[in-house]
Amino acid sequence: MDLRRPNRPVIGPKVRQVGFVTPDSAAATSSSSIPAVSAAAATSAGSPPSSLSPVMIPPPRHPSTEMSNPHFHPVGSYNPSEQILGSPPALSPSRSSRFDADGSDFGGDDDESVALSGVGGGMTPKSSLLMRQPVTKTAPLVSETRKRDSNASKGKGEGPSAAPKEKLTKAERRATQEAQRAAKAAAKEAAAAGGAPSVSKQPKPATKPATQQKKDIPSGSGPLQPLAPSGSIEKKQGKKEVAAPHPRMQFDDMTKVGKLKKRAVVNQSEARNRVELFRHLPQYEHGTQLPDLESKFFQLDLIHPSVYQVGLQFLSDKISGGNARCIAMLLAFKEVIQDYTTPPEKTLTRDLGAKVGSCVSFLIECRPLSVSMGNAIRFLKNRISSLPHNLSDKEAKSRLQSDIDRFINEKIIIASKAIVEHGVSKIRDGDVLLTYGSPSVVESIFAYAHGIKKNFRVVVVDSRPKHEGQGLLRRLVERGIHCTYTHLNAVSYVMHEVTRVFLGASSVLSNGTVYSRVGTACVAMVAHAFRVPVLVCCEAYKFHERVQLDSICSNELGDPDAISKVSGRKDLNYLDGWAQNENIQLLNLKYDATPSDYVSVLVTEQGMLPPTSVPVIIREYGIERLWT
Amino acid sequence: MDPPMDFQVVVLAGGTSDKLSPLVSKELPKALLPVANKPLLSYPLELLEASNLKNIIVVVEGDEAATQVESWLSVAYMDRLNVEVVKTPGDVGTVGAIRAVAPFLISTDILIVSGDLVSDISPGAIAATHRRHGAAVTALFCPAPVSGGADSSTSGGKDKAKKPSRCNIVGLDPTRQFLLHVVSGAKVEKDIHIQKRIVRAVGQMEIRSDFMDAHVYAFKRTVLLDVLEKENLYSIKQDVLPYLVRTQLRSEISAKKENSADESSNGATKELPSEDININSAVPSNQNLRWLSQHREIAPSSYQEIHISDCDMNKSRLAKKTHKCCIYLSGKTQYCARLNSVQAFGDINRDMLGEASRITGYTFSAQNNVVHPTVVQGAKTTAGGQCIIAEGTILGDKCSVKRSVIGRHCRIGSNVKIVNSIVMNHITIEDNCTIQGSVISSNVQIQERASLKDCQVGAGYVITAGSEYKSEPLTKR
Repeated sequence: MDLRRPNRPVIGPKVRQVGFVTPDSAAATSSSSIPAVSAAAATSAGSPPSSLSPVMIPPPRHPSTEMSNPHFHPVGSYNPSEQILGSPPALSPSRSSRFDADGSDFGGDDDESVALSGVGGGMTPKSSLLMRQPVTKTAPLVSETRKRDSNASKGKGEGPSAAPKEKLTKAERRATQEAQRAAKAAAKEAAAAGGAPSVSKQPKPATKPATQQKKDIPSGSGPLQPLAPSGSIEKKQGKKEVAAPHPRMQFDDMTKVGKLKKRAVVNQSEARNRVELFRHLPQYEHGTQLPDLESKFFQLDLIHPSVYQVGLQFLSDKISGGNARCIAMLLAFKEVIQDYTTPPEKTLTRDLGAKVGSCVSFLIECRPLSVSMGNAIRFLKNRISSLPHNLSDKEAKSRLQSDIDRFINEKIIIASKAIVEHGVSKIRDGDVLLTYGSPSVVESIFAYAHGIKKNFRVVVVDSRPKHEGQGLLRRLVERGIHCTYTHLNAVSYVMHEVTRVFLGASSVLSNGTVYSRVGTACVAMVAHAFRVPVLVCCEAYKFHERVQLDSICSNELGDPDAISKVSGRKDLNYLDGWAQNENIQLLNLKYDATPSDYVSVLVTEQGMLPPTSVPVIIREYGIERLWT
Repeated sequence: MDPPMDFQVVVLAGGTSDKLSPLVSKELPKALLPVANKPLLSYPLELLEASNLKNIIVVVEGDEAATQVESWLSVAYMDRLNVEVVKTPGDVGTVGAIRAVAPFLISTDILIVSGDLVSDISPGAIAATHRRHGAAVTALFCPAPVSGGADSSTSGGKDKAKKPSRCNIVGLDPTRQFLLHVVSGAKVEKDIHIQKRIVRAVGQMEIRSDFMDAHVYAFKRTVLLDVLEKENLYSIKQDVLPYLVRTQLRSEISAKKENSADESSNGATKELPSEDININSAVPSNQNLRWLSQHREIAPSSYQEIHISDCDMNKSRLAKKTHKCCIYLSGKTQYCARLNSVQAFGDINRDMLGEASRITGYTFSAQNNVVHPTVVQGAKTTAGGQCIIAEGTILGDKCSVKRSVIGRHCRIGSNVKIVNSIVMNHITIEDNCTIQGSVISSNVQIQERASLKDCQVGAGYVITAGSEYKSEPLTKR
């Protein structure tokens, strides 16, 4: 297999419609505004208002979509800035201004009854059936338009300006609540009346917390549905409990942040000057969390010591890397399960699930979960909820523990061994291999290849501030592998001599996008430009059905001080005290998204695949399919 | 009840310390020595209580002291803490004390707190650091107190010999997380011998002599018990800690015990039935997995990376013959002091009145003092700032009290000046006395026109009328 593909013209990162393209979606592509509008309308009408949040895409009004009830708009609190990102560019100024007018119009409290009746009309089974189609079909389209838009805005450096959100009045809140209640009732009715698969999905968004947000439309619920189109109802409903994509928290929403803070264990003082575009991501004053959490060590009785230990290690970056974090977390959960006894008058499946959930939320406070961990948690919760009820505690516990063991083994350890075997077959004598950062699987590939006496050279590309590559370099050199070490800024120079690029990944999303350590995209693009094949090594348990087109909507922010300080250069102190200066905003991103165009092949335990095959892997070998 | 977070707490309350004579005696063990009118032991206990540590083992030296401490504890903390008092024969040292409680120790990690610690550093922070690193031992070090200044520290020549831990020598790694070298007070020689191996591993070592060992240690239980088996160890500070630090790269304990330590920390593995189900050649043991996840730890320092690469190179578990000795350095804003000398007693009392008054739990009045409502003050008597006067004390006319602690039920006559002093309970001071910079134990009688400057007066002593003393310890024969 020749890895060098013909140089395809890359016109920006393209959206592949993979796996779930319905034939008639092509027709919908004709105009960009109509499908987007209908999608928005569909989401507004198809999903009950409980899923609305102030940061959802404001559904643009369109003459043809009269059924979109005005009350489904985020009442009086939508953020105009979101429109820049969220709405299609075709939206004319006049229309958006009309929308504005509407928003203020129904902001009043006099239309409660209207809203109620509107909800009832919108939620009839028939209309929901109708509306369901566009949701799934146009999801990629919405994202495409959004993508284009964000590309454009990226170029101009135009970020959404944070506009002050209007506060909800009491009456408005009540109106929303009423609407939600009505929607729920309608959904129930629909479920009772129809019972068709499409209807069965109806209550699903209703069960979700109200943090649905704009990204979830293309990335969260949208693609998830079509992935198992033929699944039986029972299966879907079983999955619903555990596998519903968690709506991601938006950290620019002050009320939600406040709520989160109240129940947070870790003291989280928000960093002050954050970069505009990334305000929706959590960013805390670094250096305040750890001492605070440490001093509370004995006060948090509810958290199991081993979970606490892992959380501390995540927080202090002692354990990092997708596999290591996942293993550490699973081992901690194993101990939690071991020490667990079902309280009287409770069932193990329910109570243990809740307990694991609380552990997970603690870990999230310490550091946002990686996709791999999310998948592992999903698996574990699935196992817990699917335990037979007649099992004794001891049996149930031992079964869960062996499940965890098997997960670690099959999904991580054996998987990485298989990847090593596949990967080594791509190393020929005389190769110059480049890697970036310190991916564990790639390291094992190199070590194994060296062990079987392949003759090759490694270029380790590293970057500030973590310098993970140095650890890799040290270990490789100790094995006697000939290495070159350079930094990311020199990657275009070293790429001349490189014959293969091996990269690791934090996650691979279902459109083939590789979500990985920041800088990976840069390496992959340079390699693509030099026509060097890029092999991304990733265990299949890190695949996720989400679709992501940029690295903005979902990312992690690191310690800004880490990039403001230069080690060994004490004289470079221009950024000292930057937090006091309002004009400085530091951005330390942790991940980026590499479009699938720049990836030649994905090396997984299932073999070497094109990035387009990710949905197939998810469908056939996904976490849900594991031993069910 | 399970210990919280798998930590047990042992407080070493000591007995009747020689260093503190004449203040402590058989009647008043060190643990009950009043500091700002509260027994010394209440400070560590309240610190622990604030961290939700309610099951505490207190080790007391000597039978009488143990009885007294026990009776005090049962009254003061009856409903709040679950304190168990264990008594040891005198003069067994801190290691002996731990040996005495060894059968009670069941949790994964043990927190050992000295009973003479007056601090507001959260023990949770030390415990969390210990856990985070998975260390064998974690010690709390705090910046050594600057000695109390020329005017206040003249409490006798014999104090010079025991300047508290001035010459502790501590070696730290660049990130200040690991303890690489420690020589404590008494064993400091002219030269410092530093192991090449450790320096090579760490690359760079910072040697400090201005840190003080605060006698708060978190030990892994298995390590601790293993060390206790060894003979000729006497003190944790001077023997056990240096031993562990010295052997951290060629750990004999770990070689033998690491497996069991891991096992017990995992807890699960031993009685895990799933382990049997799971007989699959490809299944690595739990420890291997743990290693795998630690292997990927991004080491905070190159020091650890050596550990890791050692593991990597030799590819054998033998390479894991190391244990980590960590250090928790307290911040500058936190208060931490040990009451291990007469001078420290004075200093701590002063700090309790001044900078560290938050620890005492008293609320200071507008005049920056604490005067109990039952105190009777005569005409023209002034209680200045930074004073504590406890209940039942009667002050005569024209008295002046400044920067001093006065205990319960004292009777102080007219025209008495008390400056910078500590006056304990049930003391009679007659008219026209002057007391400056002194410590006066309980039941002392000071007759009129006596003048004391920088003296320590033992319990029950009678100072005759008109006598003058300067810088003397006075005890009843």
